[in-house]
Amino acid sequence: MSTILETRNLTMRFGGLVAVSDFSASVPQGSITGLIGPNGAGKTTCFNMVTGFYRPTEGQVFFEGQDLTGKNPHQVCQAGIARTFQNIRLFGNETALENVMIGSFVRQRTGWLQAVLMTPMALREDIEIRKRSMELLEVVGLGSIANEKANSLPYGAQRRLEIARALATGPRFLLLDEPAAGMNPQESMELMDFIRTIRTRFDLTILLIEHDMKVVMGVCEHMWVLDYGVTIAEGGPESIQSNPKVIEAYLGEEYVNYA
Amino acid sequence: MTLATFIQHFLNSLTLGSLYALIAIGYTMVYGILRLINFAHSEIFMLGAYFVFWGITLFHLPWAAAMVVSIISVAGIGILVDRVAYRPLRDAPRISALISAIGVSFFLQNVAIVFFQAIPRQVYRPQWLEQPMLWGDVRVLPLTLFVPLLSFCLMMVLVYIVYHTKAGLGMRAISKDIETSYLMGVPVNKVIALTFGIGSALAAASGIMWALRYPQLQPIMGAIPGFKAFIAAVVGGIGSIQGAVIGGLLLGFIEIMTVAFFPDLAGYRDAFAFILLICVLLIKPTGIMGVKTEDKV
Amino acid sequence: MNRNTIILLNLVLVACLGLFLWWAERSLDGYKIQILNLIAVNIILALSLNLIYGFTGMFSLGHAGFMAIGAYVCSILIMTPDQKATLFILQAAFPLVENAHAPFLVAVIAGGLVAALFGMVIGAPLLRLGDDYLGIATLGFAEIVRVIGNNIPRVTNGALGFKGIPDHANLWWNFGWCLLTLYFVIRIVNSNTGNVFKAIRDDETAAKAMGINVFKMKLLSFTFGAFFAGVGGALLASLLTTIDPKMFLFTLTFSVLMIVVTGGLGSITGSILAGIGITVMLEWLRFVENPITIGDWSMNGIPGMRMVVFSLVLILVILFRREGIMGMREITWDGIARFMKRGKA
Repeated sequence: MSTILETRNLTMRFGGLVAVSDFSASVPQGSITGLIGPNGAGKTTCFNMVTGFYRPTEGQVFFEGQDLTGKNPHQVCQAGIARTFQNIRLFGNETALENVMIGSFVRQRTGWLQAVLMTPMALREDIEIRKRSMELLEVVGLGSIANEKANSLPYGAQRRLEIARALATGPRFLLLDEPAAGMNPQESMELMDFIRTIRTRFDLTILLIEHDMKVVMGVCEHMWVLDYGVTIAEGGPESIQSNPKVIEAYLGEEYVNYA
Repeated sequence: MTLATFIQHFLNSLTLGSLYALIAIGYTMVYGILRLINFAHSEIFMLGAYFVFWGITLFHLPWAAAMVVSIISVAGIGILVDRVAYRPLRDAPRISALISAIGVSFFLQNVAIVFFQAIPRQVYRPQWLEQPMLWGDVRVLPLTLFVPLLSFCLMMVLVYIVYHTKAGLGMRAISKDIETSYLMGVPVNKVIALTFGIGSALAAASGIMWALRYPQLQPIMGAIPGFKAFIAAVVGGIGSIQGAVIGGLLLGFIEIMTVAFFPDLAGYRDAFAFILLICVLLIKPTGIMGVKTEDKV
Repeated sequence: MNRNTIILLNLVLVACLGLFLWWAERSLDGYKIQILNLIAVNIILALSLNLIYGFTGMFSLGHAGFMAIGAYVCSILIMTPDQKATLFILQAAFPLVENAHAPFLVAVIAGGLVAALFGMVIGAPLLRLGDDYLGIATLGFAEIVRVIGNNIPRVTNGALGFKGIPDHANLWWNFGWCLLTLYFVIRIVNSNTGNVFKAIRDDETAAKAMGINVFKMKLLSFTFGAFFAGVGGALLASLLTTIDPKMFLFTLTFSVLMIVVTGGLGSITGSILAGIGITVMLEWLRFVENPITIGDWSMNGIPGMRMVVFSLVLILVILFRREGIMGMREITWDGIARFMKRGKA
């Protein structure tokens, strides 16, 4: 399997604080991988470096062989990487459908002038975008509430809408920041299926940050474990589960000794 | 330029700069706490000057007494403005309070036009401030010394209040985090009222001294100094009292000295502040003394 | 409701407006026609500011600056060279300024384009600033425009300004431009480009993550707004026939802002309603500044009273109805149809 995303020695310092140091990972094409670690371990910082929100202090990011280091967030998205946010960031005053349509703007061919002049091409593309956005909403099970305002949706629907919006940008690589946060076990189970479904359906590679170990172990084929910004382990679910360093990071030293 | 004229320009800059600084402090304190540009502040400044005028002409108060009465009543108006127009909007989007502030500013300005009339008024100036003193070649009005000195004293009082009293501690706490301050039992509304009171008192003092320096009163006299002082606060780093003082002085010096050295630019004088503002914002958006805050993603 | 019905209804509405204007031109006195003209211009200005602030979330207080640019460019172009030769008494105009001459339509477009150009040039550095800072910096821009206007007498005739600008801006021109602006803003706001503007207003960070070049889109919206502000200024110049730098004080921006806020930030129909309402109110309020005599009792006019009431209304709106008349909602044909049905049931 070829590598789709590779990070080399990514390091992020905020003043004296080292949030992430020497994060090197290569994500195989078509895989579902996880980035785990205790609170404040630097997971979201890694996401922000990959997606261009932070410019890494050191190190590089390669996506499909192309150097993305220091690119702006919108350029990263144009290159084919989409993301969601830990604290949901929808366009609250817009409808669910509009949210998804905004996602597809990055692949839109006709511009504002054509929209004003109502050229046939613009009208056709507008219809196309609406149709495709509706399809995406149906994929995430929100077809029936397409015209509801985003901030009036229930929490779970907001999470799914955020994923639909990310999919609308036509990504090949999707980063999910704690997709199962705030979900009950039933919903988490559904989410796992959902993640697998969209991978196949949209031909994606998925990297996710997650705290819910059931989800991580159930869905991820490979994972990296961060603690205080340092990569302390990587491997498949079984090897991670039995790794004493990981247990120590999560549960504290005493627990390891006790066990 | 001779040394004598230079010294005169220097003192003028200092006078103007300290007046800007006094107004700027009010802007910066309110902004630091509420993240609100208090547009009404320039009208507070104007009222300070007018109240002295009316105190003397209508009630025949001595100059010093009129000044004290004016400062106190203007501080009251500042508190009232907060109570009526800003406090109900604490939990609203910030822009609502800002628009309310613009509304209050226009309201006060036009109330002044209605009650005081738009005709410019001459201000009484105490004799002792006008007797020029001669230091060798340099002709100095006591006024140009009085203004910076009084301003300096007022600033010292302010620094004492902010850094050495319980109320000052409350102000600093609120400016860091208003929600937590509520939870920690800081009487937030009282402290904010006090902030408006102090800021308005300083603006009134500045307005009174402005009227001594440029002895003509008009209802719109606050607009331009107000804008410029706000710019001084931004340039110095909004939220920082030291920054407001530095910004005010800097602006005073730039205005006087540029015109002194390049008389051709005199017509553009009112644009200097805005040009300075745009330059500073582009280079260091948080101002000279401002602290950079990272946007959390 | 299907597309064709909506288009038909819109055409009917435009035709009604046309009939009304035709009637108004013949039957109303000059004062009332002037109010109608001001309504059209104010709606143009409100829509342009709403696009910048209400739809894209950029707090701009520079409208007076763009209007001044539009007004001066247009006036210079529609006055004849002879007229300008006698007008510029402080210093003779630059030959280019004196000889430039163009028909009204071209002059208004030119005014808009020059304003848009300025919008682009100052937007490029300023739009990186956050809300309050952007507000104060754009306000600074407007002030700088005014100060410069005072200081280049060979272009602007300095503080004296222009007098006797040809009054081409009649009802048809003003409402024509008003409809054009309306059409443009509606098309933009309802297109995906408009969705992107609203996305930037709601959450800039998320918009970036969606691959949107936020800076470019902000600049686009700002330039559109500046263009129509310039057009509004140009029409206003020809409508009032005199302009000078004092006219373009912050007060002017304030009254446009007031219309937008009262109508509802992010509501086109709100801007139209408030544009009509506030223009009428402002004119109506003139009576409080004129001497009043009721029977034996008479009162001198009170200068300034008009703005007192005006600002009080703004404060009350923001205190008690923060979202304005319409909030972010719109009056649509579908909405009216639904309302009618409910009425019947």
